[in-house]
Amino acid sequence: MKKLINDPQDVVVETLEGFALAHADLVQVHTDPAYVTRTGGAVPGKVGLVSGGGSGHEPLHAGFVGVGMLDAAVPGAVFTSPTPDQIAPAIAAADGGAGVLTIVKNYTGDVLNFETAAELAEVEGITVRQVLVNDDVAVEDSLYTAGRRGVAGTVAVEKIAGAAAERGDDLDAVAALARRVVDNVRSMGLALTACTVPHVGRPSFDLGDDEIEIGIGIHGEPGRHRVGLEPADALTEKLLTPVVEDLGLTGGEQVLLLVNGMGGTPASELYVVYRRARALLAERGIEVTRSLVGNYVTSLEMQGASVTVLRLDDELTALWDAPVHTAALRW
Amino acid sequence: MTLDAAWAVDWVRRSAAAVAEHRDELVELDRQIGDGDHGENLDRGFRAVVAKLDALDAPPASVGDVLKLVATTLMSTVGGAAGPLYGTAYLRASKTGAARELGADGVVALLEAALDGIVARGRAGAGEKTMVDAWTPAVAAAVEAADHGAPPSAVLAAAAQGAHTGAIATVPLVATKGRASYLGERSAGHLDPGARSSELILVAAAQAAAAAD
Repeated sequence: MKKLINDPQDVVVETLEGFALAHADLVQVHTDPAYVTRTGGAVPGKVGLVSGGGSGHEPLHAGFVGVGMLDAAVPGAVFTSPTPDQIAPAIAAADGGAGVLTIVKNYTGDVLNFETAAELAEVEGITVRQVLVNDDVAVEDSLYTAGRRGVAGTVAVEKIAGAAAERGDDLDAVAALARRVVDNVRSMGLALTACTVPHVGRPSFDLGDDEIEIGIGIHGEPGRHRVGLEPADALTEKLLTPVVEDLGLTGGEQVLLLVNGMGGTPASELYVVYRRARALLAERGIEVTRSLVGNYVTSLEMQGASVTVLRLDDELTALWDAPVHTAALRW
Repeated sequence: MTLDAAWAVDWVRRSAAAVAEHRDELVELDRQIGDGDHGENLDRGFRAVVAKLDALDAPPASVGDVLKLVATTLMSTVGGAAGPLYGTAYLRASKTGAARELGADGVVALLEAALDGIVARGRAGAGEKTMVDAWTPAVAAAVEAADHGAPPSAVLAAAAQGAHTGAIATVPLVATKGRASYLGERSAGHLDPGARSSELILVAAAQAAAAAD
């Protein structure tokens, strides 16, 4: 394992320390328990937004704390959900009196710990709503699994819900908008290489030089299928087609297209994927009106990419366009 | 022969030692069908439990007190799915262990409460390739032993054997709950890491009881 780390046990804390120093104007970092809040704390009267999950997906989630997006983020150990005693104080810190929406990716550990934390917060008199993100179409038989996973579509949910909260929507309205994004966003990813979790010290799965995993999640877990390496255009089609078909997109619709890097893929390759995805959508008469290309929901240094499509309407487009000021997303 | 708080403390310390000893094995099992953090997370949690036990001014008065300390510590240090699942198991079990001394029936009630907690929290049933598949035969074996008049140590020995059998039986299963479920058919052929760690913990319980005899 070659990594820019000190002791593997210290990676998360040292990441947070560096993050705090680099973005002191945007965030405050709490270390015991570990969570990140917006500088200045909760905004009175505004719905609070809290998300979190395992570390190793940076910039998710702490990178999206700031004006127009999250009020607090809770990082767990690498690829391990945070614990209720971390999440509950983050919920309390995000509450400006209008209640808190937690945005949770559908992974068993995240769901269990956020549910417990919400119960703890509600005992303290805070109203909590939860929205589960489950955009990963790679999980086919969701009746026979823990359900579809939450992956890169989380960025769209957090951005749009954040904008709704910022404009003053109440808790039910923000939750409803978040769910509308969840209902209209789908993703699928692939890995060219595995990643190495620092405290494990070995790659998360073994992959031959000419093999790739299609349908990966974001925790370094293997995908649903293992296939031979093909040119980028063919692979892009394998990712985009199930996404478009699951969404039931038809000609004339407008979408956001997000090509997300898994952490170890150069921007150049992400644009190669974007180029082909854009062409495939155009062939179907689907208009890409908003785009995002880069590393937003990663799996450490894994090489690979995911394609996310969000069906847009005027309101969702306006909320996506609303100002955002965070470490990782800013316009 | 009955079991008391001293047994529970010994159980916890033996569990911590077993998890530490098998940390890399659990990591490797989880790496094959999950994300490879199970051994690391449980080891971190049980080390924290032992540190809390070491820091106590007075020994805990009841089995329930010990198990409650385990529950809250695991919930706040393990994370992932294992933290809430084991945390709930110990929390439910702690409610049955308020008495100072546990007989065979008390041990059975403790194990049943733990299994009920895991099932309720994880919404998993038998045959889904999870820790439930170790706990279900463990509880069944414990019930049978108690029904035949076995003392607590023999009840726990039976539970440990049941957990072992159940864990091994997860190998051919296709996972339908938890991280491994995403692998579908490819999850078959691997021992479930949660079932394996459950076996380690129940073997520790039996060893602690044998030592107390």
